[in-house]
Amino acid sequence: MTNDALKAKITELLPATGFEEGGQWLNINVEPADWRLLAEQLRLDASLQFDYLFCLTCIDWKTHLTMVYHLDSTKFRHNIVIKAKLDVAKPAIETVSDIWRTADFHEREVYEMFGVDFINHPDLRLLILPDGWEGKRPMLKNFEDPVNMIRL
Amino acid sequence: MLSFSDISKFIDSWLRDIFNPTWTMVIEMMIAGVCVIGLFAVLGLVLVLMERKVAAWIQIRLGPNRVGPKGMLQSLADTVKLLVKEGMTPDGADKFLFNFAPFIAMMVAMLLMAPIAFAKDFQLWDMNIGVLYFSAISSIMVISILMAGWASNNKYSLMGAMRSGAQIVSYELSAGLSILAIVVLSGSLNLNDIILSQADGWWIFKGHIPVIISFIIFIIAVTAETNRAPFDLAEAESELTAGFHTEYSGMKFALFFLAEYINVFIVCAIGATLFLGGWMPFHIGHWDAFNHVMDYIPSSVWFFGKTFFLIFLIMWFRWTFPRLRIDQLLNLEWRFLLPISMFNILLVTLMAILGWHF
Amino acid sequence: MVEEIGTTVEGDVLINVGPQHPATHGVLNLLLTINGETIKKVEPHLGFIHRSIEKMCESLTYRQFIYVTSRMDYLSAHINNHACALVVEKGLQVEIPSRAKVIRVLMDELTRIASHELWWGAMAMDLGAFTPFFHAFRERESINDIMEETCGARLTMNYIVPGGVMYDLHPDFQKRVKDFITLYKLKIHEYDEMVTGNIIFQNRMKGVGYLSAEDAISYGCTGPTARGSGVSCDIRKLYPYEVYDQLDFDEILETGCDSFARYMVRIREMNQSIRIIEQLIDTIPEGDFQAKTKAVLKLPKGEFYQRVETARGEFGVYIVSEGGNTPYRIKFRSPGFSNLSALDQMARGSKLGDLVAMMGTLDLVIPDIDR
Repeated sequence: MTNDALKAKITELLPATGFEEGGQWLNINVEPADWRLLAEQLRLDASLQFDYLFCLTCIDWKTHLTMVYHLDSTKFRHNIVIKAKLDVAKPAIETVSDIWRTADFHEREVYEMFGVDFINHPDLRLLILPDGWEGKRPMLKNFEDPVNMIRL
Repeated sequence: MLSFSDISKFIDSWLRDIFNPTWTMVIEMMIAGVCVIGLFAVLGLVLVLMERKVAAWIQIRLGPNRVGPKGMLQSLADTVKLLVKEGMTPDGADKFLFNFAPFIAMMVAMLLMAPIAFAKDFQLWDMNIGVLYFSAISSIMVISILMAGWASNNKYSLMGAMRSGAQIVSYELSAGLSILAIVVLSGSLNLNDIILSQADGWWIFKGHIPVIISFIIFIIAVTAETNRAPFDLAEAESELTAGFHTEYSGMKFALFFLAEYINVFIVCAIGATLFLGGWMPFHIGHWDAFNHVMDYIPSSVWFFGKTFFLIFLIMWFRWTFPRLRIDQLLNLEWRFLLPISMFNILLVTLMAILGWHF
Repeated sequence: MVEEIGTTVEGDVLINVGPQHPATHGVLNLLLTINGETIKKVEPHLGFIHRSIEKMCESLTYRQFIYVTSRMDYLSAHINNHACALVVEKGLQVEIPSRAKVIRVLMDELTRIASHELWWGAMAMDLGAFTPFFHAFRERESINDIMEETCGARLTMNYIVPGGVMYDLHPDFQKRVKDFITLYKLKIHEYDEMVTGNIIFQNRMKGVGYLSAEDAISYGCTGPTARGSGVSCDIRKLYPYEVYDQLDFDEILETGCDSFARYMVRIREMNQSIRIIEQLIDTIPEGDFQAKTKAVLKLPKGEFYQRVETARGEFGVYIVSEGGNTPYRIKFRSPGFSNLSALDQMARGSKLGDLVAMMGTLDLVIPDIDR
């Protein structure tokens, strides 16, 4: 599907979405509350079938966090990028680990690095960081570690 | 001609001249003990070096080549290293069993030396149940492995020991049945009688296809019994780190290591004795002239030649085959080897009764 | 009574595989729940070699950060560098000379073969056969020699810079590569004789580690892991970069979904890489090996993403730029991380020995997973 067709289709699914074009792929801004519903539809809709989540990450913009989901369809080979703004003080968004199971590990990584709380995630624990790093959020821009940090 | 039997007879008569019969026996036993321990050490060194050289040859590399000429002193240097290393005992281990297990492995290997005929009339103990003795003693080996695995208080060790237990107990059966084929044909449990029965040709040539099948099954079964690849599930280094001897270090590890190689030597010696005629030179039926020429090659050369050929075969397996999985291993035994060897023993019996062999 | 897999019952044993374990090829820790020999659950614990390369890159310039990425998937270091260079070039909108493009692709494919060779040897070793490891290294050494001659390093080449490659090819390059191809074609049959055709090996691999096509997509598996399940995911074909769209090569797909299928994909992929090299080696265009770029690179404000196909699967670089000379946020989508997440699904219910075989076919490189 072309970007315009995708846009039309997604507007149909979720009227209150903002689009950003000009980048490599079509960017879609969603509210965290709408994300779960949209994700299910993106995965299951017969003309979209975004079955492959190839990148899931988070960006710290100091004022807010942005969750970024890169989606691909192995059937139609169209890509979109979903972005959701999260509150920096208490970031939370619904999990999509049951829709795309790769999100399980990626969400755990984002959880420990950025402190994003994935609601209904089955196993939200530290994956990479050692014990004792709960809630330290080392990938945030304001993170300071007097011991391990080396300024370049 | 100087042979082992002449030397032993000379020593025997010399001792009998000096001492009374009781003391003669005591001294002879001591000499035998020293000889066995010496043979142990030499065999260990030689086999380890041979394994490394064979491995290197198969793996297109050189192998040990720095210590001594062509690396010949490498295993000696390794032994010295192992001797001076600390033999640690883990805190949670059952100290007595943990330290005792390597010695059982060693004792079993030593006991198995007794019935082997190294050359003509050169045998520690010519007992009338040699084959039975071998089968019985070699199964004690599993106890040392189970003991080591259990006493280590390590899950890997325990799993290795359990695997080994299942494996050795199963493969004992087909090893026993394939040995039985020769016992049936030669009509004796005495290893010396078995060798003498091959004076007109080795059993592997005389016994037609059933004996060849027994031989193949015997080689597979003893490879499994000695825990060598492709049946090294007890160690399985990529799965269980080092299996039952994960926690062992220093000389205690070396004893297990040594016992493994001695066991390989012993099973190959038994295989050579049963199927390839032991020290019996290569004879063909009544070709007396040919047989006579063959007799000029010393019997000990024949024995060691055959044994080392079988050892090479087992080493070849180790360096070329991937490891089996535990269920495949047991399937192989219970589904294939055991039924085949049971059927085979019937064939051999039929052959022996009807006199169909040469 | 059918007990649910995954619940803890009496007789279950927790066992740590790694971080120091011969089968993990690095510092990976798997917490296994086993009952006897049967695996009930696999729980990976990562981070033993986590260096937070993403955070590190936020303070490195666009010329510097490429060298750090060699240390992620060190077996396809060159392809990692390639992805980073491509994303920077995408941001700068630099067109690189065609000679540089061909050199990059040649090096990519040599790296892929070298990586698969190592995998082949290491996987055979996981299954208890030691000899293939040395045979694989015989061929791999000659690739490393080629790399050493042209790039100056054998493992982490750092040969690619934004705008092209760092130096021109060594004069002997073409001859050495042709020698390698001759050697490879002479020796490849040994691989089949020694491992592929071995009955024990086939029994160990076939029907083991089942990963359906749906699961492979859902778990984000890529590379040979997914292609063994019949999922078409070769970035070189789907989203071609450099000169891959002008080349004639096949995407290898196997439909066995088991360890053996994944094994065969890699073996056949090596032949395809040889095919690509043969097409390019005689027609390396003349000209510059580097485009003119400024000394200090500054990417415009925006987001850039580049997907490439490494030896292990899809590698993605996501750069968020604020217009400065360092990335604001950088994310590396590593293939191993997603491939590893499918291990639990694959391993449940199989034997402990099979887990080692499965990990072998996933071709895990731990620094790539931890980053």
